[in-house]
Amino acid sequence: MSKKSSHRFYGHGIPRIKPEDLGGKLIVVEGADGSGRSTQIAELVNWLETSGRPTVQVGLKRSTLVSEELKKAQEGNVLSRTTLGLFYATDFADQLENLILPALKAGFIVLADRYIYTLMARDMVRGMDEAWLKNLYGIAPIPDAVFYLTVEPEELVQRNLSKNATLDYWESGMDLGLSREVFDSFLKYQAAMHDAFRQLQKTYKFEIVDANRSVSAVNKELRKKISALIDSE
Amino acid sequence: MKTFAESNFPGRLIAVEGLDGSGKSTQVYLLKRWLEAEGIKVYFSEWNSSELVKSATSKGKKRELLTPTTFSLIHATDFADRYERHLVPLLRAGYIVLCDRYVFTAFARDVVRGCPPEWVRGNYSFACVPDLTMFFKADLEVSLNRILEGRPKLKFFEAGMDLRLSTDPYESFRIFQGRILDQYLAMSKEFNFHIMDANEQVERQQVIVRKLVSEAIDLKKFKRRSPLPLPPALQADREAMELEEDKAA
Repeated sequence: MSKKSSHRFYGHGIPRIKPEDLGGKLIVVEGADGSGRSTQIAELVNWLETSGRPTVQVGLKRSTLVSEELKKAQEGNVLSRTTLGLFYATDFADQLENLILPALKAGFIVLADRYIYTLMARDMVRGMDEAWLKNLYGIAPIPDAVFYLTVEPEELVQRNLSKNATLDYWESGMDLGLSREVFDSFLKYQAAMHDAFRQLQKTYKFEIVDANRSVSAVNKELRKKISALIDSE
Repeated sequence: MKTFAESNFPGRLIAVEGLDGSGKSTQVYLLKRWLEAEGIKVYFSEWNSSELVKSATSKGKKRELLTPTTFSLIHATDFADRYERHLVPLLRAGYIVLCDRYVFTAFARDVVRGCPPEWVRGNYSFACVPDLTMFFKADLEVSLNRILEGRPKLKFFEAGMDLRLSTDPYESFRIFQGRILDQYLAMSKEFNFHIMDANEQVERQQVIVRKLVSEAIDLKKFKRRSPLPLPPALQADREAMELEEDKAA
């Protein structure tokens, strides 16, 4: 495994965690539902593990601490925006401390299916202050690479409908009252999310990956970039 | 950070802070009784979190899953829920809201656990600061003895056992509370605390509390024109709470 390369944090970090103890690689894949994130990550894990590199995967709403409650909160849409935002931050922090940081300490490659950027973008679209979010997520280590998979909203609609035959309430931003029609709301919400990502891009420098292409074409590009990253050690 | 008055809320928020055993809850209760008798629109807010947040918090505590960071965040979530769902509507409606503990409890407790002070303050910056904060300062030994004399069963996080200060919960609690007191005192200027001498007689303290409140807030503006009932949802809460308080008294 590669030697320890140290990971800095965006802000204050986590009490008693020293950046120099964190090695490994942290690779983030961001993008809307239907952008092919999960498929790409599955392929990457397959590729990395067959080439003998240990990986750990994290994503949103997967913490032991609050994932169950978060799911229920979404079903009932009972929490207001600051509360829901902080609840998601708790979910992220729980996985950060129990999965991401230990894995980096052990020199693993961590693949994150979404990271703080999605959480920030969702909150920004709901009117939360960007400076507040930056402070909150100052606990996050800076990834080695962030790939933002972009797909045209119209194409996203097609992919979501062919997969689920329905558009998800939250991925359509129905809580925002943009439109009573899910279809219109989805397009408006995804456009707003894309704008929020572009705003965040100024600070957080994602690599934008055109995911309108085939799975294998996208994966080839990701592998090439990740290889360069790993081999640079 | 702005107060509710500075943020143009029609209502006002009064917070009491202090260690457990400092007598602050008694004082805020007596204050509430007085304001009610004066015909003031007053509401006493207890921690009143929604089931979902409560369920996650108690799971985290029971199974000792919490780190300083997640402890801080789950309590911030709980506070936000209480703030957005409960405090803001009352303050928009022109109530005087009394809070037994406010954000300063988190500032003191989380910083003792090792969270950076600016990070914690930033996370809570969505909330306005109280229009009046009274800090009940008792001798550490007095507060500790009040809590510990019954040899209560101290919970893991309550005793600060996660900080590994001592293997004995009582000893851990003593050190933990001492550090929290230091944090409170360190921020008392920054947040304009009115320091109350909590070693003083209860009745005398209450005289000072009522004086401070009438000086800080123009109470006649908060009188009910007619005995206006609370909204049904709140009325039920209030009656249940008063019943419990009467029982306790």
